[in-house]
Amino acid sequence: MSHISARPASLPPISLPRRVTAHVAHLLILGLFLIALAPLASLVVTVVSRGWSRLDPTFFTSSMRGVVGAGGGALHAIVGTLLITLAAVVISAPIGIAAAVYLVEYGRGALARALTFLVDVMTGIPSIVAGLFAYAVLSALLGPGARSGLAGALALSVLMVPVVVRSSEEMLRLVPSDLREAALALGSPVYRTILRVVLPTAAPGLVSGVMLGMCRIVGETAPLLLVAGFTDSMNYDLADGRMATLPVFIYSQWQNAGRDHVAYENRAWTAALVLIAMVFAMNLAARLWSSRKVR
Amino acid sequence: MTTTIISERTSIAAQRIEIADVSAYYGSFTALSGVSMTIEPRAVTAFIGPSGCGKSTMLRAINRMHETIPGARVEGSITLGGESVLDRRVDPVAVRSRVGMVFQRPNPFPTMSIRDNVLVGVRLQGRRLSRSDADDLVEMSLRAANLWEPVKAILSKPGGSLSGGQQQRLCIARAIAVKPDVLLMDEPCSALDPISTAAIEELIANLRRDYTVVIVTHNMGQAQRVSDATAFFTVDGAGQPGRLVEYRDTTTMFSRPVDPRTADYLAGRFG
Ligand SMILES: Nc1ncnc2c1ncn2[C@@H]1O[C@H](COP(=O)(O)OP(=O)(O)OP(=O)(O)O)[C@@H](O)[C@H]1O
Ligand SMILES: [Mg+2]
Repeated sequence: MSHISARPASLPPISLPRRVTAHVAHLLILGLFLIALAPLASLVVTVVSRGWSRLDPTFFTSSMRGVVGAGGGALHAIVGTLLITLAAVVISAPIGIAAAVYLVEYGRGALARALTFLVDVMTGIPSIVAGLFAYAVLSALLGPGARSGLAGALALSVLMVPVVVRSSEEMLRLVPSDLREAALALGSPVYRTILRVVLPTAAPGLVSGVMLGMCRIVGETAPLLLVAGFTDSMNYDLADGRMATLPVFIYSQWQNAGRDHVAYENRAWTAALVLIAMVFAMNLAARLWSSRKVR
Repeated sequence: MTTTIISERTSIAAQRIEIADVSAYYGSFTALSGVSMTIEPRAVTAFIGPSGCGKSTMLRAINRMHETIPGARVEGSITLGGESVLDRRVDPVAVRSRVGMVFQRPNPFPTMSIRDNVLVGVRLQGRRLSRSDADDLVEMSLRAANLWEPVKAILSKPGGSLSGGQQQRLCIARAIAVKPDVLLMDEPCSALDPISTAAIEELIANLRRDYTVVIVTHNMGQAQRVSDATAFFTVDGAGQPGRLVEYRDTTTMFSRPVDPRTADYLAGRFG
């Protein structure tokens, strides 16, 4: 039939082929979703089941100092990860946010384009190279071979800054230009407009950007292996001496398992569980904080 | 003619605005050409005209908001109470603290309470206020904006929680809290319903006692109701600069327009 079919006079129900197609598509999408979810679920199950056995008070209260075989804990690595991550955030957040403010509020012309390009390049830097960079910087300043938590934080900052710049830039661009205009029209200098209006409006987004950057670096292993090193003992001083971290702890337990290798492996799994829990808690905290601010 | 640098002042002093041979450009495009007019103090002046004729451009030149748009330039002379506004040596921030602006869309600061929205201008200008002065300023400004009664119990609520019309009145309160000499309003009612519009018109009638008010509007009835003088701008076609066609007191303008283009526009025979 070549003629255009007449418009139906009534309002018919959805045709059978369409209902079938919709159903099939639905199931297909659900299936793909489950497949995508499977590795994640398996990972969580594995980490929890293997890490469970050593999730005891000792794990959180003692270091590995003098421990051979079973027992011992990862307090030194937990403290190290917290300190180094915190230091990296303290270094990266102001730099990243300031760069984003420059790009969004002031940046015009060649300098802004160069900065954007550099940030893009930095995003792709392999983490081991960031480690080498920090190592080189600190060797030049403090002599060769110096290892410290601060060097680790510096290496992680190299990785974190581009993440913070990118996400902060996006968040600052989301601030309606109406608000900037309103502030300027009230007789506000540009810098005060940024400090009092733009940054507070973007604050929830900026915080989640910093959190994103934090999650990016908290599990980094290679650069820390290079510049923060590893130790079995407590070290609260970022500026002095080797400092253990959870990822490096996991690596070294696994790699240097002693005679009683199950005890070493169990510690590694528990450390992995703690690391995942920390990332999860950070995410949750960031979400709660931003939803509180938005109201 | 000597130009003095815009100075600090303490109380409202509605000022005459003299615009002489002003042209405005966006990059290489001439948006407005050869505008000269005198805007009287303690009066409401309305800018009317078809879309794209440069009303907003003229308005933004008066408090140098055009400088926030990359590539925008204004030539000619604008003086405020005899002081040159466009002079390069004059701080645009100082100009804007004397020439306030209300925008088409209500734009209270979403992170701030109603109270802070009123006080924000003073803070953005880097001035400090004692607690009691702040309370007085909040009440005075909200009263002047006919908004005190509905919000006096909810001052700590976010500004965005008000209705559109109330938000616009909050923006007016915010603008008058810094005690400007001049208030520029760019289509302040075009996003509002008739009842909120009536409330704002009533408010403009009151502001007229203290301020030099300039309002852009597409609503001929509104221009007739609120303004003392009316300026009609027009543009011949796309790519052409906007021009001031006729400027006189509102009653004469609407009853006996001199220029045929004004008469056509007022009679709805435009384009
Ligand atoms: N930021 C800008 N960049 C480039 N051209 C602009 C810009 N703003 C306005 N223009 C142009 O300048 C001319 C005048 O614009 P303006 O906004 O002043 O008109 P208007 O009379 O306020 O119009 P409306 O009634 O629609 O608000 C128009 O041709 C417009 O396209
Ligand atoms: Mg306009």
